[in-house]
Amino acid sequence: MTEKEEIIERAVRAREKKAALGEDVAIDQYIAEAQEHQALSSLDEIATDYKQDMLHAGVDPSEKDRSGSFLQQDHSVVFSRVKYPGMELMSTTDALKKYDWLKDYMWQKIPVDTDKYTAEVELGQTHGYFIRAEPGSKVTMPIQSCLFISTDKIRQNVHNIIIAEENSELHIITGCSVSHTVNSALHLGVSEFYVKKGAKITFTMVHNWGGGIEVRPRTAVVVEDDGVFISNYILMTPVKSLQMFPTTYCVGRNARTTSQSIVYATGNAKIDMGAKVVLQGEGSKAEIVSRVIATDNAKVIARGDVYGETEHVKGHIECRALMLSDTAEVESIPSLRATRRDLELSHEAAVGKIAEDEIRYLMSRGLSEDEAASVIIRGFLNVDITGLPEALARETKKMFEMSLEKVM
Amino acid sequence: MEATTTPVGCKMLEIKELAVEVEGKEIIKDLNLCIERGEVHVLFGPNGCGKTTLLMAILGVPTYTITKGRILFKDIDITNLPTNERVELGLGVSFQHPPEIRGVTLGDMVNIALDRKGEKIDERVIELGKRLNISAEFLHRDVNRGFSGGEVKRSEILQLLAQAPEFIMFDEPDSGVDVENIELIGDLMNELLGREKIPSQRERAGLVITHSGFILNYLKPDRAHVMLDGQIACSGMPDEVSKEIMEEGFERCVELCGKQVCAE
Repeated sequence: MTEKEEIIERAVRAREKKAALGEDVAIDQYIAEAQEHQALSSLDEIATDYKQDMLHAGVDPSEKDRSGSFLQQDHSVVFSRVKYPGMELMSTTDALKKYDWLKDYMWQKIPVDTDKYTAEVELGQTHGYFIRAEPGSKVTMPIQSCLFISTDKIRQNVHNIIIAEENSELHIITGCSVSHTVNSALHLGVSEFYVKKGAKITFTMVHNWGGGIEVRPRTAVVVEDDGVFISNYILMTPVKSLQMFPTTYCVGRNARTTSQSIVYATGNAKIDMGAKVVLQGEGSKAEIVSRVIATDNAKVIARGDVYGETEHVKGHIECRALMLSDTAEVESIPSLRATRRDLELSHEAAVGKIAEDEIRYLMSRGLSEDEAASVIIRGFLNVDITGLPEALARETKKMFEMSLEKVM
Repeated sequence: MEATTTPVGCKMLEIKELAVEVEGKEIIKDLNLCIERGEVHVLFGPNGCGKTTLLMAILGVPTYTITKGRILFKDIDITNLPTNERVELGLGVSFQHPPEIRGVTLGDMVNIALDRKGEKIDERVIELGKRLNISAEFLHRDVNRGFSGGEVKRSEILQLLAQAPEFIMFDEPDSGVDVENIELIGDLMNELLGREKIPSQRERAGLVITHSGFILNYLKPDRAHVMLDGQIACSGMPDEVSKEIMEEGFERCVELCGKQVCAE
């Protein structure tokens, strides 16, 4: 049996395997086929109708200040172009044809039979993106990628591979978005990141789903010696259900990772999310920060796991949640596991309401009660985004502001 | 010599027969107070006598329930107005223990006080900050988070400089401040209250709460009151009242005060 055949067989066997976390999704209720969309010669050609939906996910059709763009609409890669040398960007399907070695990067840290979703992505893959920075290549301008759903009731199964070769630097803004005309859909996304020696990846992801969308991303990151992986995640719009628990393996010496999530859960959303870091390289460091606001009937589980498996590692988890309704539910689960003596792991978690004295303080400077509450919520979500190039940090701030405008 | 000054202009703040409850407990009973435009009054009193409660009631904090009486500000009945509307009319306060607000910087607070929307720190804020030895970097810190006692006071004064209220209440402006800072704070309080002008031309007014009275080395109020058990027990000339308190204590001062100072 070839390696590929073995993978397929394992996937077939895992077809009905329920995930460890999150509500079970009946995959078959979503349509596997979708109509092909025509390729675009420029991002600007995308229907005006969709532009706004993309903008809400941080994807700029004008491509201003972007080093490249990738757009997948339903099951079709309609645009893929990189503007600078030293970087590669294409559909994973095309990349697998182009590079024989790429198969070794598939299902490395995410076993294909993890659950029915990983199995489905293997068996019914609909593209996804391949991004690679060549050794030593440092482009501070971000690549933008957008996975867009425009057809009702479909499922989108993407497999993304992102590789930063030695001493390279790669910045990615990715927006997953859905057309406002789509009522229900399923998005499955497997993402495998490889941060080689001395390399750095920053990954800023905005989810702009809708109240009928189910989302099950599966992500793993491998960080080698002196590598840095920074992830920023923003979810401010409704979603039906979302479960993800991306895992970063700091395998190299002094590997570092930071994960920051900002979630504003509304409506009947069921969200189970967080980040897990396994510290396996001596001197590696992890920081996990999450800010959750829960209102209406939203149910949120915010997780943070750090495993210290070698000497001189450091990990910290900070989960904060703000309750805006009596019918919402938040569960904050920070978890630390150590198997060495010489390490330092810590966590803090807090759940509360908007403090009355903070409201009064702001009112004493002239704000109305509602304005004061909005300033406090803004401040609560305002996590310092570190490690991003200045222009990208500004851009991320703008994206955050924009998503905030939408909800407040 | 206060006996010779006749009140000019309208009344800035007038409190009539005020009673205030906190969590069902009556803290202030039947309190009367009148502060004219241009005047600064100082309020002495032991801890727990109701000084801060009075300030919070004037500010309109809902947990301080007014059960009786009225508060008039510039002849407008503000008894039932929300805090921000009182602030719009020209009321301001420097808190003793302001809360920290995560993700909201001192710069944001000053912008709010300036009625400025937006992220960018206004040029004027930077200028105001310089006078208080507040660096641009400090303006980017979350308000009150990890601030020292002196930093809290300077931050409060900076916000008030931006807000420019006509009537300012200071809750213990001299507590937890070192000697170097207290002079600066005194100077700026004088400026905020428009004390550089001659008395008849003073437009602003204030009420200063002090437990220790240290601030009176730098700020010269027009009138002093001693608060005991939720009432103004006596009133008089600030120097005399504070001298009695220092030498004899609050209770004795009230006794003496009744005989000598308050003979109006």
